[in-house]
Amino acid sequence: MASNENMTLNLKIWRQSNSTAEGKLVDYRVDNVSPDMSFLEMIDVLNEQLINKGEDRIAFDHDCREGICGMCSMMINGKAHGGFKSTTTCQVHMRLYKNGDTIVIEPFRATAFPIIKDLTVNRGAIDKVMAAGGYISASTGNAPDANAMLIPKPIADEAMDAAACIGCGACVASCPNGSGMLFMGAKISQLALLPQGQPEAPRRALNMVHTHDTLGFGNCTNHAECEATCPKSISIEHIARMNREYLKAAFSYHEKKRSDGGA
Amino acid sequence: MTFKLDPKIPEGPLSEKWSKHKFESKRVNPANKRKFTVIVVGTGLAGGSAAATLAELGYNVLSFCIQDTPRRAHSIAAQGGINGAKNYTNDGDSVKNLFYDTIKGGDYRSREANVYRLAEVANNIIDQMVSQGVPFAREYGGYLDNRSFGGAQVSRTFYARGQTGQQLLLGAYSGMMKMVAKGKIKQYIRREMMDLVTINGKARGIIVRNLVTGELERYAADAVLLCTGGYGNVFYLSTNAQHSNVTASWRCYKRGAGFANPCFTQIHPTCIPVHGDYQSKLTLMSESLRNDGRVWVPKKENDPRKPADIPEEERDYYLERIYPSFGNLAPRDVSSRQAKFRCDEGKGVGPTKQAVYLDFRDAIKRDGLETIAGRYGNLFEMYERITADDPYKTPMMIFPAVHYTMGGLWVDYNLMSTIPGLHVLGEANFSDHGANRLGASALMQGLADGYFVIPYTLSNYLASTPLEQVTTEDNAFKDAEEAVKIQTNKLLAIKGKKSASEFHKQLGHYMWDYVGMSRSEAGLKKAIDGIRKLKEEFWQNVNVPGDTSNYNLELHKAARVADFIELGELMALDALERNESCGGHFREEYQTSDNEAKRDDEKFTHAAVWEYTGVNSSPVRHTEELKFENVKLATRSYK
Repeated sequence: MASNENMTLNLKIWRQSNSTAEGKLVDYRVDNVSPDMSFLEMIDVLNEQLINKGEDRIAFDHDCREGICGMCSMMINGKAHGGFKSTTTCQVHMRLYKNGDTIVIEPFRATAFPIIKDLTVNRGAIDKVMAAGGYISASTGNAPDANAMLIPKPIADEAMDAAACIGCGACVASCPNGSGMLFMGAKISQLALLPQGQPEAPRRALNMVHTHDTLGFGNCTNHAECEATCPKSISIEHIARMNREYLKAAFSYHEKKRSDGGA
Repeated sequence: MTFKLDPKIPEGPLSEKWSKHKFESKRVNPANKRKFTVIVVGTGLAGGSAAATLAELGYNVLSFCIQDTPRRAHSIAAQGGINGAKNYTNDGDSVKNLFYDTIKGGDYRSREANVYRLAEVANNIIDQMVSQGVPFAREYGGYLDNRSFGGAQVSRTFYARGQTGQQLLLGAYSGMMKMVAKGKIKQYIRREMMDLVTINGKARGIIVRNLVTGELERYAADAVLLCTGGYGNVFYLSTNAQHSNVTASWRCYKRGAGFANPCFTQIHPTCIPVHGDYQSKLTLMSESLRNDGRVWVPKKENDPRKPADIPEEERDYYLERIYPSFGNLAPRDVSSRQAKFRCDEGKGVGPTKQAVYLDFRDAIKRDGLETIAGRYGNLFEMYERITADDPYKTPMMIFPAVHYTMGGLWVDYNLMSTIPGLHVLGEANFSDHGANRLGASALMQGLADGYFVIPYTLSNYLASTPLEQVTTEDNAFKDAEEAVKIQTNKLLAIKGKKSASEFHKQLGHYMWDYVGMSRSEAGLKKAIDGIRKLKEEFWQNVNVPGDTSNYNLELHKAARVADFIELGELMALDALERNESCGGHFREEYQTSDNEAKRDDEKFTHAAVWEYTGVNSSPVRHTEELKFENVKLATRSYK
């Protein structure tokens, strides 16, 4: 723990009034920061000061404030979510900083994530990749008994490791190529590990990867920055599994266009 | 205007009501479904599952969420699990058992037929989620694992580590995304519902604010599904997400939807205690921790010693002492109240003395560190991150916090409110949890409503109701939009001295002190008086900088706080009128000699349903009698 005393911090925060305006870093000072505050609570305090002066508050995304919704985003001192192990921005606490520190706060930056305002970016591209195949087509009402399909515990556990992705986009923001391969790989891997996901596995890998590539995400060149900053510690092994799934599918999977209608 | 409260419970024996109702419901032919448009507001478990399922059936779905993607809805934060009556553990569980536990858990203030249906479809939910790839915890043999939750004596809770809500929500979200790709769901993100539009007495559309552009938008449909969650944030500090709010429900209330049992609030016993005035939210520690953690306080008042220095005989494991048969897994309302009593006696721990210990020492000794880490590792990490204390070494400190609201818009058996066409699902409605919700039941209800109830009841509505053609150019849309504009301009014009958050905090103090874990006539009157004054001050002194031309977060917040203030008053009024104690509603005047809730079944076996009657007149309290034909009303004992 760095400090038990209240601190004064110097912040440099990216301000940009809308998606087309020019942005810049603006200096702010916040006094009386308690070490028990969360990072977002510290910005709340600053925002209250701005509101009281009749100024526009800093726009940032957040919701659950317990590290699970994936909405908070922010580069803190150049690292997604501040670069602390397995931690989202909302779970960063000010005890990790010390009195007099200067902290630079910027939005997630990636071609696929255009800025909306200040620290808020549009991560709709993640939804588009998911819509391309990040699901199992099991319409409501079809399901057999839950125990009809046995899944070994280690497989279920590994699928869960991948499924833990919160879709925050830190992997994209921290990748030098702006690649979305970690969040996408996690979903492809989760569903490829499970027997329920098998029927659609090749289709899923082909469609998701193709969609990913059209949305402005870059490719993976094994920097592993994504794994290092992922707040859920998702391993790049899932990218490897995705690559295997993709290759398998690219060589062996064909869907014939059919127009015979059937009965 | 006055509404009829016909719950429309089907005739026949309890276990046959739902099948009979489904059979008798009218259906919309598959080819005709594409002629109907349904608005679904909210994308949590209820909204997400409803949107996906209705789209699969062929309806055109317009889905709205306040966040930047449907996957962020606050269902995602549910940790512990979801109940089902599979009896995989061979401990004697059954649909009837789950039904009975849920009715008793709600302290006999919920509707029998709804709760039975919930228990009946619970097993289908587990099947459905597994088939969608939700990685539930499993045994080495490959079978699903179960654990126990409060208020039950069987192991019926399915879980995915401490992230069950996340996994279920991502399941529902993935179903939605599939239908988005097929063009059957149109997704509207960063939108907030500002009003309901009714035409000829039926819900036919909504007005939303596009949060990014600031513009108001109109959407028309054949039915509206409100899946907007609970209103726990009326307390300012709660375990809810920052954007969870009552505005959508409240605007529907003002348009004529009855608001039922607004005072029924769940205060969850195991949350991380409040530590400062700047705090924006409280974090829940899953109830599952009480499977192995033991709750205690020092026997001595104001004991300054560290927990490790307090010998066994000087510790009061009060839940085990008072409730020997349920022990640490006593239900939430009961456990919360007991924690409050201990702190009131001066036995609270930690710097604020508003906390009790949740101790894993004995469990670690018994099962080993690795086993405990396997069960709760992520929760322990989360605790340490927030408090800088290591729960493997020192007991957690916990205190109750507002978590869930059992009250909500009144719905009949078909999940339809008092406004025809307006259906309310999940936490936003009032129907299934009575005066207290058991753990692992919220996920169950959200998904039951969305996957397995609304598809049937909505088709019955659409097939049997004459629906005229409407467009967003109709006067009703123009008028509703105009009303929102007027309110918005008023908020922006005040330019007072206090921020919306300051008002919200003040409201929170009234709510927590007088409408929280323990309520009294004098306190409730004080709250009503204080909240009325607060409302007056708000409309004279709130400061909302900026305008409507862009992403004005302060404007969004102020509009929500305005509605929370009005809701707070109604909650206090409802609590004042309910002269009994039941579940989470504890009136100090009505308790047994050993401080347990004392119900008054003769006078209060009903849901209180409030009708809005205008700005300057008091709301009217109606009642729906709750008839118990299958369960005998008994004192709810966990001893």
